[in-house]
Amino acid sequence: MFAKLMTAVAALCLLTGSAFAQAKLTDPQIAHIAYTAGQLDIEAAKQALAKSKNKDVRAFAEDMERDHSAVNKQALALVKKLKVTPEDNATSQALTKQAAAERAKLAKLKGAAFDKAYVDNEVAYHKTVNGALETQLIPSANNDELKSLLQTGLKIFQGHEQHAEMVDAKLK
Amino acid sequence: MTPRRTHLTILLLSGLLSASAHAANIQITIDKLVYAPAEVSAKVGDTVEWINKDVIAHTATARNGDWDLMVGPSKTARLVLKKAGAVDYFCKFHPNMKARVTVAP
Repeated sequence: MFAKLMTAVAALCLLTGSAFAQAKLTDPQIAHIAYTAGQLDIEAAKQALAKSKNKDVRAFAEDMERDHSAVNKQALALVKKLKVTPEDNATSQALTKQAAAERAKLAKLKGAAFDKAYVDNEVAYHKTVNGALETQLIPSANNDELKSLLQTGLKIFQGHEQHAEMVDAKLK
Repeated sequence: MTPRRTHLTILLLSGLLSASAHAANIQITIDKLVYAPAEVSAKVGDTVEWINKDVIAHTATARNGDWDLMVGPSKTARLVLKKAGAVDYFCKFHPNMKARVTVAP
């Protein structure tokens, strides 16, 4: 019983983004996390484009690849301008690990099962990242330009979350 | 008046005339995922221009299906309004972006 409960708690932590549970973050760490979160979603999109034949899913994946690439390009330009070197950290590593596990899980699926799992994960992933942006990354950011980029990023990713929910509703 | 001058005068006049009879040009800026102004009033025949200042692509997609414009990053898209009525529109890529064009006959 206790083991079952602990598994449930662990699963819940994963879902709610335990990757973000950590102490006060610095700007170089925040930049690294935001960039990593974008790259991971690009990789997820690439997997979807390689596997899915669903028109809506493919269009969504193309949007993710295009938007996250554009935002990350802006992020790189900003860190260069600010002479900040993004710093790897526990949150980035946990996100990367979770995404690798998700990719491995999705790799085993095909057709409609893949589409559903990919889009469900996109909804959950954007929820997690948006929650972290709102409650941790944006409030912790020191530099105003970084904060502003994160705020715009949040609006973009909230749009993605809604877009993913719309695609998800069509798959049901 | 030389023939050339006359020609120029006619050109200028016709330019003025067509300008006064010309429909209005309404500009809507898209900046940081916000359509501004969020509500515009126009007339049939007017042109609406969406000017995208973001680094990502957006759309101006009518909820009633009348029009669907892609506005690339740092690009402008134009639409000549053909039908009267209030049209709610949104961005297909970021459905949290919403606005409205009200078109008078």
